[in-house]
Amino acid sequence: MNASPKSAQVNTIQALNWALDDAMAADPNVVIFGEEIADPEGGGIMKVSAGLSTKYGGRVRSTPISEMGFTGAAVGAAIVGIRPVIEIMLMNFVAVCMDQITNHAAKLRFMSGGQTHVPLVIRTMTGSGFQTGGQHADFLEAWFCHTPGIKVVMPSNPADAYGLLRAAIDDEDPVIFVEHLASYWNPGAAPERGKSIPLGKANVVRSGKDVTVIGYSRSMLDIPVVAEKLAKEGIDCEIIDLRTVSPLDMDTLLTSVKKTGRAVVVHEAVKSFGVGAEVSARIHEALFRELKAPVQRVASKDSPVPFAKQLEAAFLYSHADIEQAVRSTLRQ
Amino acid sequence: MVAIFRKMAQIRLNDERFISLMKAGKMVMPYYSARGQEAIPSAISVLLTNDDYLVTIYRGIHDMIAKGVPPRLIWAELAGRSTGACKGKGGPMHITHPKSGCMVTTGVVGAGMPIACGLGLASQLRGEKRVTVTNFGDGASNIGAFHESLNLASVWKLPVIFVCQNNRYAEHTSFAKGTSIEHVADRAKSYSMPGITVDGNDPLAVYAAAKTAIDRARAGEGPTLIEALTFRFNGHLIGDMGEYIPKAEYQAALAADPYPRYRQWLIDDGHAGAADLDKLEADIKAEVDESVAFAFDSPLTDPSEITRDVYAEVA
Repeated sequence: MNASPKSAQVNTIQALNWALDDAMAADPNVVIFGEEIADPEGGGIMKVSAGLSTKYGGRVRSTPISEMGFTGAAVGAAIVGIRPVIEIMLMNFVAVCMDQITNHAAKLRFMSGGQTHVPLVIRTMTGSGFQTGGQHADFLEAWFCHTPGIKVVMPSNPADAYGLLRAAIDDEDPVIFVEHLASYWNPGAAPERGKSIPLGKANVVRSGKDVTVIGYSRSMLDIPVVAEKLAKEGIDCEIIDLRTVSPLDMDTLLTSVKKTGRAVVVHEAVKSFGVGAEVSARIHEALFRELKAPVQRVASKDSPVPFAKQLEAAFLYSHADIEQAVRSTLRQ
Repeated sequence: MVAIFRKMAQIRLNDERFISLMKAGKMVMPYYSARGQEAIPSAISVLLTNDDYLVTIYRGIHDMIAKGVPPRLIWAELAGRSTGACKGKGGPMHITHPKSGCMVTTGVVGAGMPIACGLGLASQLRGEKRVTVTNFGDGASNIGAFHESLNLASVWKLPVIFVCQNNRYAEHTSFAKGTSIEHVADRAKSYSMPGITVDGNDPLAVYAAAKTAIDRARAGEGPTLIEALTFRFNGHLIGDMGEYIPKAEYQAALAADPYPRYRQWLIDDGHAGAADLDKLEADIKAEVDESVAFAFDSPLTDPSEITRDVYAEVA
């Protein structure tokens, strides 16, 4: 593969396209399918798979709008050694194929006593802020995190998107790979092609001594902005990007919170029963006596994603919410 | 011909023993007997090899036995033993045995069909000649997965044989009350594939339909829907008293029991002597005895297995 210069900037769409291309070149068992992903249909709604059907022929297929059918087909192909990477256009559409994901992909390894397994990657995307209303913008990762047998990966930048997708395709378990709509076009450091980023490992993106701020996906666009503002006041945040939401990298989280004694979790998904609750509970269970303040959660409101601009703004957390949460841990 | 009967006898005699041990309190499980449907997989399976894939459902032990899953592994599975097909983690609704091609058994109505499409897709991508047979009931022909799968299989010309074992009842709801069409096979027209309705209690009719479908799939010409009309004699699951089945219908179904009918035909048509079939049945009874002993002599699966096989084990 032609390695990109370290200083080059690419966006997540390009990084994901490279990841698919490189994975298909490396392993003839990698096949991809989903709605309108082949070139005659446009190369995917975000053009992540542009050019690949031209290059790889029948290994890249557009499907009918039939998520249960093609997700189940991916499960079947995966148990006999194909490594399907399927695209479910929007995360809300997983609701029409949950049976194949949670009753089958997640459980076949266990129910078969380890005789079969499902090396499947389900790519999907979501994100509020585009006035797409209640059925096109939900963050549903907690559904999958609550299902043993599935891994959930949520990258926040182009280089991570590349490295994590390569690792997800190489992984022997089913992976839900959630891309974020708002960050597709953001430029970032180019990935090192051919190099994967291990699943299940969080990334400390900023070292600090006062508060550990934990995020993933979209919140990693917001947390650094708030941290820089607070740094000017001498509040030193340590920022952790989970990268893999399930399984959680508790070693990295607990090492950090032991040091800072304070933690804030930030996500775009609604607050109740979410990933933040799990992270908070685990930190409290492990470090109750060492915490200087209760772990804080910053998340979206417990409502469906609304349509109108001002309602959508009210739904999503704000930078002020993150700032306030950090400050509240310091007051105690 | 006798090979089909041998499978039917295996299915029947194992089924009867499952039920007797459940009634004796020696086994506890949700058991969906397929007694009455045994001709269908028996006739199809003689056309398949271990390389061909099977996807079946919770009422599927007959399909597994016909396909070649060793009954002793099924027995040990149902008894929760470490020697079971799936170490006791799957149970009657989730038996898997890749060596005989039994790839997935699902407890969710209709859910096996999309998976069968994927197995067919894998064979197609690799240029293999193997076919996938996916079994389901008449009730499943009303769920979305059926329609999505037939469409996908047709659009992609997948080597899949959809076998609807129409036993006239979707759990407790009669075919007429729940299904908007007289013959499930007619739904094939919507998906541009051949659809055929056969007497599922007639092994020769099932064999003929399956041969055409399997030959077509192996030749790369795509899927077929076979509807095999049959009946299940022991209700939806053991304990079901069948009050929702009119007595006359039940009696007529019993009168059409494929087992004695085919047995007699083999004798009358000169394929086997009565003594041969007596011996065949006695041998299978001995096999069942051996399977039961193997299961109950095996160690129970250790509770520590609960955390294994959830994810890949990382070295």
